[in-house]
Amino acid sequence: MPEQITVAINGSSVVVPAGVTVAAAMALAGVPCRTSATGEPRGALCAMGICFECRARIDGVPHRRSCQIRCSAGMQVSTDD
Amino acid sequence: MISVGKQFDVVVVGGGPAGLAAAVCASEQGARVALVDDNPKLGGQIWRTGLVDAGKELADWSRRLISGGVEILSGARVFDGPRPDIVRAETDQGLLAIGYRKLVLATGARERFLPFPRWTLPNVMGAGALQAFVKSGFPIAGKRVVVAGTGPLLLAVAAYLRGKGAEIAMICEQASRASLATFSLSLLGHRQKIAQGLSLRKELAGVPFRTSCWPIAAAGNGVLKAVLISKGANFQKIDCDFLACGFHLVPNTELPALLGCRLRDGFVEVDRLQQTSMPGVYCAGEPTGIGGVELSVVEGQVAGLAAVGREDAAERLFGEGRKLRKFAHALERAFALRPELKSTCLPETIVCRCEDVTYARLKPYSSWRAAKLQSRCGMGPCQGRVCGPATEFLFGWAQDSVRPPVFPTRIESLVVSASEAEQPIVH
Repeated sequence: MPEQITVAINGSSVVVPAGVTVAAAMALAGVPCRTSATGEPRGALCAMGICFECRARIDGVPHRRSCQIRCSAGMQVSTDD
Repeated sequence: MISVGKQFDVVVVGGGPAGLAAAVCASEQGARVALVDDNPKLGGQIWRTGLVDAGKELADWSRRLISGGVEILSGARVFDGPRPDIVRAETDQGLLAIGYRKLVLATGARERFLPFPRWTLPNVMGAGALQAFVKSGFPIAGKRVVVAGTGPLLLAVAAYLRGKGAEIAMICEQASRASLATFSLSLLGHRQKIAQGLSLRKELAGVPFRTSCWPIAAAGNGVLKAVLISKGANFQKIDCDFLACGFHLVPNTELPALLGCRLRDGFVEVDRLQQTSMPGVYCAGEPTGIGGVELSVVEGQVAGLAAVGREDAAERLFGEGRKLRKFAHALERAFALRPELKSTCLPETIVCRCEDVTYARLKPYSSWRAAKLQSRCGMGPCQGRVCGPATEFLFGWAQDSVRPPVFPTRIESLVVSASEAEQPIVH
């Protein structure tokens, strides 16, 4: 069993395996990464920093590519913008 | 924001197999080398590591990288080359101006995505993308996955996911059984590739594998629940948690094009020493032709050696390169996209995901540029990296010129970059 860490996604605590990317943590929690121009929920598509579908606010910094960033304990992720 | 100037003999952009090989070979000849990579860790897409599955090949190259004294700049995204001797990269810590005498571009490839109804639902992902998730530690055990699209990556991904406990509901390959049979024959003489094929077959025993079959729609309310796949003139619905879907690979040629390297048929044109049309700029791996990891390693070595004037050593690798390139051509023929895939979009199907531009909005235009100007297709943050290759296939639109920055970049970086463009860099 890999080590588990806790991150906050839109204010809710989510326990994820240490090492997963933030985009993977959002998929695990069932939370879409962003809302599209016409209001559709979107998740990661390419997982390699190309498509920008997974962008989210991470520790206060907006528009970060969540597939390129690994979760760290206590990280704050928000999908409000 | 700090702008840091650094100077090297050889700068390699891209930390996948080609870039690692180039950096190692140049550094082992005594050159001062930097390896600049966008990802948090080296290995590129194919040797991507996580806490699990650290590969032996990557470990070997990394060891040589360190003993060669290569400066590793991970998490650094090159966005511009304002002068013929520097590239600029953005990192979380600030802006880098990286000076070089010779430059090796090993920017790799990305998956080709083709739109179909509801492909924008969460959990419809690239095949390599889902694999990357799982490699980072995402628990896939017990999940039902449909793997669809085209190319050898599908089998590798399916086998990997199954090994991690996923239930592979079906593998759908758009190529026909006949093209795959021809392709298998071309593997004769490639002992390693035959061994890989046999191993995959064993790992995938019992998994339904269908040829001449492709996704025609995804279904679900807010998240993927099922996928409809073609079955002759009909379709079949398969319930699943994930659709891992990719239509082979597209080379990342944006940076080479920005730096002035000539492209031919969508790939960077190089000579036998991997030299591009720009003096002192080399290119290796998938941007010069989709050929797989072994060819990328050979090309990377050639580029690294050529960049430090060891053409003699580079020439010894030409034979190996030629043989692997034949395989690459066979690959291209076998997995060519069938024209039926052009008709899977409905009028309301989103083609450009960044700007939510539908198929119906794009259909009236005659060129990529016209569509961009009128519909905003390709104007979002991916800069057409996803919808560009899709519209090239759907409508035959050629991509036009690339402009800096090649990636969305903070305004602050652009300002610093512009104000320093005329100054000599710090040594």
